[in-house]
This record gives sequence, structure tokens and C-alpha cells, in this order.
Amino acid sequence: MGALIEDAVIDNETMVERFLRMDRLPHIWCPGCGIGTALRSTIEALADMDIPQEEFAVVSGIGCTARVAGYLKLDSFHTTHGRSIPFATGLKLANPKLKVFVFSGDGDLFAIGGNHFIHAARRNMDLKVICVNNFIYGMTGGQVGCTTPTHSKTSTSPYGNYEPPFNLCFLAAAAGAVYVARWTTFHVRQIKRSVQEAFAKRGFTFIEIISPCPTVFGSRNGFPTGLDMMKYFKANSLTVAGADPRDVEIEMGGKLKVGKFVDNERPSFQDRLSEMWGDLGLEESRIVEAE
Amino acid sequence: MSDQRSVLTGEHFVNGDWACAEGGLAAGCKFFAGYPITPATEIAERMSKRLPEVGGVFIQMEDEIASMNAILGASWGGSKSMTSTSGPGFSLMMENFGLGIMTETPCVLVNVQRGGPSTGLPTLVGQADMMQARWGSHGDYEVIALAPQSPQECFDLTIEAFNLSESYRIPVLVMSDEVVGHMTEKVVVPKPEDIHLVPRRKPSVPPEEFKAFQPREDLVPEMCTAGEGYYVHVTGLTHNERGYPVVTAEAQDRLVRRLVDKIRLNADRIIRVQEENLADADVIVVSYGISARTAKSAVAMARAKGYRVGFLRLITIWPFPEKRIRELARKVSAFVVPEINFGQIAREVERCAGGRARTIAVTHAGGAIHHPGKVLSVIEEAIRVKSGSGLVEETLVLR
Repeated sequence: MGALIEDAVIDNETMVERFLRMDRLPHIWCPGCGIGTALRSTIEALADMDIPQEEFAVVSGIGCTARVAGYLKLDSFHTTHGRSIPFATGLKLANPKLKVFVFSGDGDLFAIGGNHFIHAARRNMDLKVICVNNFIYGMTGGQVGCTTPTHSKTSTSPYGNYEPPFNLCFLAAAAGAVYVARWTTFHVRQIKRSVQEAFAKRGFTFIEIISPCPTVFGSRNGFPTGLDMMKYFKANSLTVAGADPRDVEIEMGGKLKVGKFVDNERPSFQDRLSEMWGDLGLEESRIVEAE
Repeated sequence: MSDQRSVLTGEHFVNGDWACAEGGLAAGCKFFAGYPITPATEIAERMSKRLPEVGGVFIQMEDEIASMNAILGASWGGSKSMTSTSGPGFSLMMENFGLGIMTETPCVLVNVQRGGPSTGLPTLVGQADMMQARWGSHGDYEVIALAPQSPQECFDLTIEAFNLSESYRIPVLVMSDEVVGHMTEKVVVPKPEDIHLVPRRKPSVPPEEFKAFQPREDLVPEMCTAGEGYYVHVTGLTHNERGYPVVTAEAQDRLVRRLVDKIRLNADRIIRVQEENLADADVIVVSYGISARTAKSAVAMARAKGYRVGFLRLITIWPFPEKRIRELARKVSAFVVPEINFGQIAREVERCAGGRARTIAVTHAGGAIHHPGKVLSVIEEAIRVKSGSGLVEETLVLR
């Protein structure tokens, strides 16, 4: 038994060292933050897939979650605020062999970057988007965002948020994502499975990972530690596989619906492109290296 | 080296926008992302037709912000990449033009200038984005910008822009304008083997030793491509040679000083100007793009009248040919600078003249090109009011 645990520890360290830039640690995230958990589950998924490590590329925007790109030992691109998806679009189209995923936060992907998100989903661009939703702008000190639940307090909604939040899964599904799932950082195995399912699909996939931000969200809204919020996730999460994305809006105090909501097929951007080339009698586009 | 399909060798009667697109293709561009905007749309249209024929990808993005980002991503994906736009789109591209500067990403951005500010004159000419080209994104940096005066130069300078972008790992600007973009003239496309192309400078060391932002002697780093196992980290944050974020004044100085110096210290290699009749000149007309063509006929008229007038055309706008203007300022009494704005480049000329010669800007709000007669009248004014041997009092005059 002892030997088994020891082996597991060694495997764990090997996996982490394989996928993290160890020379960049310690990371910048606060105690109790869920981004590390989301990253950990993602790394487990990458490690367990039969894809060479150099084929992965990660793109992020700006914010706490976007710092993930700087810790992953992959070709990693930490771009401008909200712009990870168009950058990733160019990267993927220039080198279709790459498995390009976007790892960024809710404010980055859905407020300043919202337009890029819906268009990449509409195109069914072959990008795997993982969004850590902590309901707030963490890096700038806790301002209200497009995902902040109504009535929640933030540094720029001191009397409570008087706007409704986006239902990100509904937005993704409506814009055309072929895979949509939501989990919390309590659901580490489910995150891993969803990431693997997303990479197995062609086209635009979206995984929302609800995460605690005890420092600037929890502290103002009754969850002073990361553990408090994890307990909330554990007690209130309700797995509703295949739920209609319209019905999975988030209200603090209510049930938090999680699960895989969309898993369908439609031609990806690359599929349509290949079809066009075929119709034109042109050979498959091969972008050669800048020569 | 270009392949046959990418280079339409022969003589063509086409407009400047067409020529920019074909110049990009001849340079090996395999990725174009853009958004429709007058008067640059023809470049995107041409690319949408031609790129599939040469094994490349065209994508029309949701806006110019996305277009600029997509070409940066494509460049790191290993493709030569390009976009085109005009004033309002140029403003939107400035954010990620800065990312391209900071991450040293080779690519080409064509701005077919129209009248501004704001929506301004969508279908009519302007040259008022010259300072935005220089300083439009936040922070301090150097840029490379070229200004074509004809469809032929749209072709030639787009190729040169790609070469400069690979040589210096920088997004390069082609500052065209509505008249040049829509003007139809003969364009000669050479044979592929006669087109000089600068290849990407690939890593010369294995991944474990490679640092993507470690400069070589000329201050430019080698560049890897995603998917090759280099595990490069690329960030818009201030970073070290490894690409890792380092948020200190020391790291900032090291990085930004190099980004500036890699252009400043190589300026003599980058800068190109066209000079005519400078040897005996009392007054020199300095211009660029479409205004240079008006100016040239004004210079011919002035010389026919017996005035000793020279002509200096800026092919490279940025980095600015400071050294040459400084030398010439010692020999002449005035520079006359026609441009379709209120003295953006004239102010640079004035700065370099350093009070030794007057600078007279021939201004125009946009919507039409300068009339040669107006430029001639300003040349005559400059000839009449010769400065003495000392420093001139009024160093910049707007006409």
C-alpha cells in the first residue's frame, strides 16, 4: 500500500513537472483560489491523452486565469485583454496540426472579449475554450463583471450588483459551440473528463469552471475562505446532464446546475475550408513555414 | 523563395490595392485576416480570391481588433501574415499592433489612408495617420513604415515590408493612401527567382538552449514556431530573454531599450529615400506617397522658372531619415513639405533641421490631393524669404 502511494506521488510529480514551467513557480494566485485546481485537472487531462506535448498550444488573455499560459510548459501565448480567441484563431489556421486551447477568465472572454467568443463559436473554429468563472475581476481588486450574480457586492457595486449576469453556457450554445459543459472546482474528475471530451471533438468547445475567489469575491459575499465556497459548491451543485442551457442561469443561494449540456456535431471551420478547396479542385491548404 | 502560383509574373494594369495584395503573395504571405473598410477593401477581396489558390487561408474577422490579433497568431503558427485597413480600423488595430511590437512578431499591416478624424471621408484621400503610425499604440517603441507613391510601389514595398518584418522581427506598416490605392497604372511583376525574400531566422540552437527573446548581435532574436517543441512563452508583459514576465524597472529598461535600439541602430540599413537635384538646391521639397507626385511636378515647374529647388522623397517614413535632413539643413534655406495633413511630417523635418533652415508645411485637410500650383507658390515664397546665416526665427510655417 505504501509503495502504491509512493508511486502515485512520483507519477504526480512527474506529470506536474512535465506540464509546468517549474522555474516559474511559485505562482501568483491567492490561497483558496480555484484556478490552480482547474489547471491541475486540465493537466491531468492533457497527460492522459495520446497527443504529443509539443502539439498543444495554449492562448490566454489578461487577468488571474490568463496567467495560466505563463505556467504551462507548452507553446504558450499570453496576449492582450479579451483577444485570446482571435490570436488562437490565427495560430490554429496557420498550423492546423496544433491542438490549440484557450484558458482565460470570465471578464476576459465574455466582457471585453465577448464579440470574439461568439464569432469563433459561430464559425465552429477548432478551439477548446476553458473559462474559469470566479464572478469578478480578481487581478484589479474585485470589480463587478458581466458574470457577477445580481445583488453580489464588489468594489464597484458596493450596494449590490443591479445587473443580471450572463449565462455563459447558454451564450456558448446559442452561438454554436458543439460542446458545452459546466463544472465547479469541486468537480475535479468531471473537469478532466470534459477536457478530454472537448479535445476529442472537432470544432468549438466550451467548458465553464466555476471557481472560488475568496480574496475579492468571497470576502464580500459571505464566503471568506476558499473552503467556504467549495462547501457551497458541494452542497448546492446539481448535475443535470443534457439540461437545456437556457435553464442553467446562476443565482447565488440557488442550485448550481452543472454537467454536460451540449454535445453535438456540425462542420468545423476547417471542414468547410477543406470542402471549398475540394470543390475548387485545389489541394488541401498546407501553410508552409515562413520561408 | 516564391512559387509560381504566388507570383503573377508579367505586366498588369491594376490599382494599388491589388498590387499590395499581390506583393504580399509574392513575398510568401499565406494568411490574411481583415475586415471590410473603404478604401482598403479591395486588398481583402483580392486576398480572398488568391490565397486559396496558393495554399493559404483568408479569414474575414469580426473586427479589426481580431484581424490584427489573428495575423499575430498566424505568424507564431509559422506563416507569413498580413492585414489591411484604413483610419477607423487602424485605430482599432493599434492595441495589438503594440502586442506585435512587444512580442516581436513579424507581419505586415497596410493602411490605405482616408480623411479623418473618426469616420471622416471614407472614399477620399488623407495622409493624416502618419503620426498614429509612429505613436498610435501606447508605450514607447520604434516602428518601420513605408509609403508607396504608385501601384508599382505598392507591390514592391509590400514585399520589402515583409522582408523588413522578418529581418527585425517587427510588424511593418505600409502607409498607402486612397489615391494610390485606387489609382490604376502599370505594375510589373518580376519572375519569382528575381524577387529577393528574407527568410524567417529560425533557432540555431536546440530547444533546451533556445531563448526566444535573446538578441543576436544586431539586437534581433531568432524566432521559433509553435509546435516545434520549443515551448516558447510569449507575453505582452515586460519579459526576460526566456520570455518570462519580469515586472521590474531593470527588465523594462533592458527590453524596451533593445526594442528601440534594434531599429534606431539599424536605421541606416532600413531607410530609403529618393533624391533629385539636391546638389545646387536652395530649397528642398520633402514629401511622400501621393503628395510626392504632386510635389515632383511642382519642383519641375520651379526649376523651369530657374529656381534651385531639390526633391527628397521619403520611401521609408519611420524610422525617420533624421541624419539626411540634418545634413541638408546646413546647405539650404528652407524645406517645403506638402502632405495631406496639418504638418505631421513637417514637424519631424523641422525638428531635424534644428533651426538651421525653415520648414514650410503645405497643408491640406484631406479629400483631394494638393494642387501643384499651390506647392509651387509655397516654393516661391521659400525662395523669396531666404534666411540669413544664423538660426531662423520662425522654424515652422504652416501654409
